[in-house]
Amino acid sequence: MKKHTISILVENKFGALNRIVGLFSARGYNIDSISVGTSEDDSVARVTIVSKGDDDVIEQIIKQLNKLIDVTKVVDLTYDNYVERELVLIKVAANRNSRSELMQISEIFRSKIIDISPRSITIEATGSEQKVDAMIKMLDPFGIKEIARTGRVALKREFEGTV
Amino acid sequence: MSTNEMTGAEIFVKSLIEENVEYIFGYPGGAVIGVYDAMHDMSHIKHILTRHEQGAVHAAEGYAKATGKVGVVVVTSGPGATNTVTGIADAHMDSVPLVVFTGQVSTNLIGNDAFQEADIIGITRSITKHNFLVKDVKQLAWTIKAAFHIASTGRPGPVVVDMPKDVMASKAAFLYPKEVKLRGYHPFYFGHMGQINKAVEIINASRKPVLYVGGGVINSNASAELYNLAKKLNAPVAMTLMGLGAYPGDDKLSMGMLGMHGTWYSNIAVDQCDCLIAIGSRFDDRVTGNPAMFSPNSKKIHIDIDPSAISKNVKVDVPIVGDVRHVLERLTPLVNTLDTKEWLEQIEDWKAEHPLRYENGSEIRAQFVIEKIYEMTNGNAVITTDVGQNQMWAAQFYKFLNPRSNITSGGLGTMGFSFPAAMGAAFGVKDRPVFSINGDGGIQMNIQEMATAVSNKLPLKIVILNNGYLGMVRQWQDLFYKKRYSHVTLGNNPDFVKLAEAFGGAGFITDKTEEVVPTLKEAMKINDRPVIIDFRTIKEDNVFPMIPGGGTVAQIIDYPKSVKELQMAKVHSEAVK
Ligand SMILES: Cc1ncc(C[n+]2csc(CCOP(=O)(O)OP(=O)(O)O)c2C)c(N)n1
Ligand SMILES: [Mg+2]
Repeated sequence: MKKHTISILVENKFGALNRIVGLFSARGYNIDSISVGTSEDDSVARVTIVSKGDDDVIEQIIKQLNKLIDVTKVVDLTYDNYVERELVLIKVAANRNSRSELMQISEIFRSKIIDISPRSITIEATGSEQKVDAMIKMLDPFGIKEIARTGRVALKREFEGTV
Repeated sequence: MSTNEMTGAEIFVKSLIEENVEYIFGYPGGAVIGVYDAMHDMSHIKHILTRHEQGAVHAAEGYAKATGKVGVVVVTSGPGATNTVTGIADAHMDSVPLVVFTGQVSTNLIGNDAFQEADIIGITRSITKHNFLVKDVKQLAWTIKAAFHIASTGRPGPVVVDMPKDVMASKAAFLYPKEVKLRGYHPFYFGHMGQINKAVEIINASRKPVLYVGGGVINSNASAELYNLAKKLNAPVAMTLMGLGAYPGDDKLSMGMLGMHGTWYSNIAVDQCDCLIAIGSRFDDRVTGNPAMFSPNSKKIHIDIDPSAISKNVKVDVPIVGDVRHVLERLTPLVNTLDTKEWLEQIEDWKAEHPLRYENGSEIRAQFVIEKIYEMTNGNAVITTDVGQNQMWAAQFYKFLNPRSNITSGGLGTMGFSFPAAMGAAFGVKDRPVFSINGDGGIQMNIQEMATAVSNKLPLKIVILNNGYLGMVRQWQDLFYKKRYSHVTLGNNPDFVKLAEAFGGAGFITDKTEEVVPTLKEAMKINDRPVIIDFRTIKEDNVFPMIPGGGTVAQIIDYPKSVKELQMAKVHSEAVK
């Protein structure tokens, strides 16, 4: 089963997000991650959902999403060229001995340290899901205390190739 | 303040007049008392006070299915609103256009667990086509327009409009919009010409076509177009439960109903055809059985207005998204008249070998009652049916000649549907008799509506096929659970004649086959009030043919001719359960 990144534009109205989430639960579709915020147009929110499923299932999901009156556009970015990012905050146990190594790791991942205390540091990282996963793996041995991930956001690329 | 300002309640009434609403089915309460005050002086619209909100929704469904217009319901908040849930779910499954107006507590109280508060928007989200909470009286007229637009266009369905009490009391100028624009809603009507051409190619190469017809043909008023296509192709027609009436049941090309309790020959024909043209039907599991084995040798074409209905259960070769009538109008001129002589002869042979049948005797058979009603009404009645054996026998033995004549709860299978739906149909259709067919179980689920039917002098014929059992469940326990009848006996059924009379209606009862016709004749003479006719039928009869759930045509049980054959059928169905 493939992971699909589905980008949804929906009327920025009371209850509209509920309709989307409710559709997934009522029909037994899974949500790996979901992120919501306004789009370029204030009256429209962009919802990015990552869902695993066979092509048939994903096709049904997209059709069902399109049926929602408040949904104005649905795109499965998976087969397009698109950019994706996720932001994560990781609070790791740290002491005098481990702090510098943690700072090195943070640097390698081009992330930032945004909070520090005698017993922990908090790292902010952005990147693809794989990058975030790899970073978490590296930090795990130090003792991760808390993680907050935003879930994936994505947009279609205008030009082919990477920047 | 402009002089044209009025309250939300007044805007509500004016908007319904703009929508040409004839009937509101409803029940008042605290949250809508202001709305009811505004309705007190209504002259264009008749309010029908049902005796339960579920009755109101089914009545609105019956009205909508019989007329093609939008059914309208008004109820109060909390329990009034929650009582509509079954009816709304029913309408959602069967694509019935409804607008259900629910009262709501005042906006400042929403979310406070206020008296008679229920989150009906949350509750009905997954069983409506759309729903609205009106937060500002300035939005009310627009919302009502949008609700009717959404309910009645595309694949029709129920829309809920939740109206807080304070919104309905506050004032705004009334301007009913001519149209509403919804960014996210653009039903697609016309069908892609490229797809239509592909379908034509497949159809023209076919020698053994079958038209598999569902309720979408009726919703899009495409019976005439379907008739033209069938006649041009010389293709036999199999109908789903919801599709009955879309094609005349007495025509030579009709194979009646298909699916679990469909005719033997329609199921075999679908199995063996080389081209299956699904029109306004949705490959429901009651039709397909095991979807992997459904119609295995055919090229499949699927015409439906709902893109999500396509390839949901069964993969098709050529999907055509569009309104059935529009698509057929363009498809039919392009197809050739097919040489299906051999195929039709084959089907005639099957019809002769495996007809629908039952053994008549002195004890009443439900099938016989339905057959007689068919004959005595010349196939011209509006028939509402409940759920269970009564529904299947009505579907098998009443040959519906016209669309919008067969009104039943197909998708949800709601017991208690038939009688209130018949009331709604009778308000909408004055020139044809309306019969409500019921089991002795289901009729008791909305029997309170006798008071509504009597108050409105509705000349309904309420037929009870009284077998003393929750018959369809008993049948499954008989066939699949070693006849262990667990809680299916209806021991203390009321005296339905007295009950009818207590409400001010008329009642008849008989348990003899020879009295069926005379009793129906007597009942049909009464036209100023509802009549209940209690037919005491054979108690343990089963509906055949039957394909056990999830099975294939190889497992079809035709009407067993002997005890031995029935025994074998049971063993057989045990194996495929
Ligand atoms: C509201 C509801 N509850 C339960 C069922 C399950 N059910 C399906 S058919 C049936 C038996 C119906 O009995 P009756 O009304 O006497 O009709 P019969 O099958 O005997 O004709 C039941 C309980 C249902 N369809 N709807
Ligand atoms: Mg019964």
